[in-house]
Amino acid sequence: MTAAADGAGAAPAQVELRQEDHRLVAVLGGDWKLEHGTPRFDRLLEDSPAGAGAGERMVRAIGVDARALGAWDSSLLAFLLQAVHYCERHGLEFVAAGLPERMARLLALVRAVPERDLDLAEAKAPWLARLGSAGLSAWQALLASISFTGAVVDSLIRLLLRRVRLRWRDFWVVVQSNGSGALPIVALIALLVGVIIAFLGVVVLERFGAGYYASYLVGFGMLREMGALMTGIIMAGRTGAAFAAELGTMKITEELDAFSTLGISPIDHLVLPRMLGLFVMMPLLTIFADAVGIAGGMLVAVSLMDLNTTQFVGGLLTAVTLSDALLGIFKATIFGLIIGLAGCMKGMQTGSDAGAVGRSATSAVVMGITLIIVANAVVDWLAALLQI
Amino acid sequence: MIGAPRPERGASEAPAIEVRDLTMTYDANVVMQGLSFQVRRGEVFVVMGGSGSGKSTLLKHLIGLKQPAQGTILFDNEDFSAADGPARKRVLRRMGVLYQNGALWSGLTLAENVALPLEEFTSLNADVIREVVSLKLALVGLRGFESFYPAAISGGMRKRAALARAVALDPEVLFFDEPSSGLDPITASRLDDLILQLRASFGTTIVVVSHDLASIFKIADRALFLDIEQKTMTALGSPADLRDHPPSEEVHRFLTRSSEGLP
Repeated sequence: MTAAADGAGAAPAQVELRQEDHRLVAVLGGDWKLEHGTPRFDRLLEDSPAGAGAGERMVRAIGVDARALGAWDSSLLAFLLQAVHYCERHGLEFVAAGLPERMARLLALVRAVPERDLDLAEAKAPWLARLGSAGLSAWQALLASISFTGAVVDSLIRLLLRRVRLRWRDFWVVVQSNGSGALPIVALIALLVGVIIAFLGVVVLERFGAGYYASYLVGFGMLREMGALMTGIIMAGRTGAAFAAELGTMKITEELDAFSTLGISPIDHLVLPRMLGLFVMMPLLTIFADAVGIAGGMLVAVSLMDLNTTQFVGGLLTAVTLSDALLGIFKATIFGLIIGLAGCMKGMQTGSDAGAVGRSATSAVVMGITLIIVANAVVDWLAALLQI
Repeated sequence: MIGAPRPERGASEAPAIEVRDLTMTYDANVVMQGLSFQVRRGEVFVVMGGSGSGKSTLLKHLIGLKQPAQGTILFDNEDFSAADGPARKRVLRRMGVLYQNGALWSGLTLAENVALPLEEFTSLNADVIREVVSLKLALVGLRGFESFYPAAISGGMRKRAALARAVALDPEVLFFDEPSSGLDPITASRLDDLILQLRASFGTTIVVVSHDLASIFKIADRALFLDIEQKTMTALGSPADLRDHPPSEEVHRFLTRSSEGLP
C-alpha cells in the first residue's frame, strides 16, 4: 500500500491546518506509516491556530493537500476517516479532491459500507432487568437438569424392560478408563489423604495422650468420608470432564443430530452406558481408595508412634464397623450418578462455537464437585439422624 | 438424467413433503416467513440462498430437529412435528440425512456406522446386516473400508460413508446439507453423480441445501430461493428457467454469480 519507496530515513508524518476562504485544508507531509503512529484529527484541530475557533470563521468544508505526502498506508486512511466523521458530525463537506487517487478510492470503499444500525446493538440493561434475566436463565437451567434427569430415568426404565439395547462396548470403555486407568491417581491421592489424617491424629490426639486412637481416626475418616469424597472429586475432574468434552464434540460435529434424525435416542446410546459404567466403578474405586488410605495412615502411625501393625489393625477393627464402610460405598454410588449426570448433561447442552466444549467441560467439573460436596453433607446429616 | 423418473413406489400421490406457511425463528428473531412449497416424489429439490439466509435452518425443520414457530410441515401428508414416540420414529425411519461434515459416529467403524440404523430398526440377523453394510459401502465406492474409523479416511470418503449410512434403510427422502462444501470440484462432482444415481436407481426423493451453482445446475429439477433481505422465498422453478427469466434482481445475481449493482 506504499505509494513511495520506503527509505531508511523515512520522514515522520506531518500535518498542518491552513484556512483558505471557507475551507480548512490539512496539508499532509512525510511518511505515514502505522508503526510510527497516527496524528489524531481532533487533537490537531484543538492544537492548531487555524483549527481553534474555526466555527466562528465560517468553515464549511475540510479539504486535503497531499502534494508533499511521502509513503503511506492504513494510518493515513484512519486519519482521513476521523476527518470524514468530524465533517459528518458538524455538517461540513469533506473534499477528497486533493488526495492520491488510490487513497480516494480506498476512502470511498470504506465509506460505502453502511455503519451497522446502532439500535440493534444491545444496550446495557438496568440492574433489575439483568437480575431478572439471570434468575430466568438459572430457572431454565434447573428445568433443563430436571428434564434431563427424567429422560435418563426413562431410558433406564426402558433398559430394564429390555426395550433398549445397551451399547456394551461404550460401557466397557468407561469401566476400563475408570478402572485400571484411574487407579494410579486414586491410589496416590488416597495414600496422601490417609497420611494427612494420620499426622493430624498423631499430633492432636497425642496431646491428650490418646495417640492410640489415631487408627480410629484414620479408619473412620477414610471409610466414612474421605475415601468416597476424594474419589468423587478425582472422578469429577477426570471422567466428568471427559464425558462433557466427548458429548460436546459429538454435538458440534452433528453426531448427536445424526442419532436424533434416525429416531434413536442419544441418551439410550451414549449417556446410559457412560452412567452405568461409572455407577459400577465408583464403589469399587472407593473400596480401593479406602484400603490405600488406611495403609497410608498405618504407615505414619507405626513409624511415628510406638504402635505396631497388629495394634493398629486391632484398634481399627474395634472402632469402625461394616456400616461405616457401607456408608462410604453408598456415598460413592451417589457421587457416581452425580458425576455421570453432570458430565453427560453439560456435554449434550454444548453450544456451537469453538469455546463451547471447553465451557461444557469446565461447568461439568464445577457442577460435579459442588453437587458431590452438597450430597456428602446431606448423606452425613441423614446418617446422623438415623444414627448410622 | 434430466427429467425426474416417475415415482416407482409409494402408492399415495401426495407430495413427498409439503410446507405450508412456515415461519422459522432463531432466538425469537424471524429468519424466514411465509414459506409454502411442495417437494414432489422422485425429484431433486434444491434449497438455495446466500450464506445466513436460513437454508440449513429450513433443513433442520424438514428433518424434525426444529419445530416450526408457525405453519406446518407434512411428510407424506403426515404432520410429524406434532407426533411423538413411535409415530415420529416411523416417519424418521423413512428419511436419510447427509450432514455437512458427514457426522459419522467417531467411535464406530464405517461398517458399524452403517450397521447401527439397521440393527436399530430391523430384526435382520448379524450375517445379513454385514452383507447389507458391505453392499451399501460398495455402492458409494468404499468396498474394503469396513473396519476403518472415520478419523482415518479423507473428507470426501467420510461424506460418501455418511451417504452409505443415510441410505442404510433405503429411505424415501434423502436430505443433503451442503454436499459440496469442503470438497474439491472433482470430488464434489462425483458426489453429485452419486446423488443422481441414487435417484435413478431407487426413485429416492432428494432435497439438497446448497449454494454451489455448478452443483445446482447439474442436479436440481427445481430450486427454491430464499431471499435474506425479504425474509421469504422469492423463486421456485428449474434453475435454468430461473437464470433465463429471473423473478428478482437477487435471484439473477445469485444464479449468475454477480455482485453488479450492489453497494
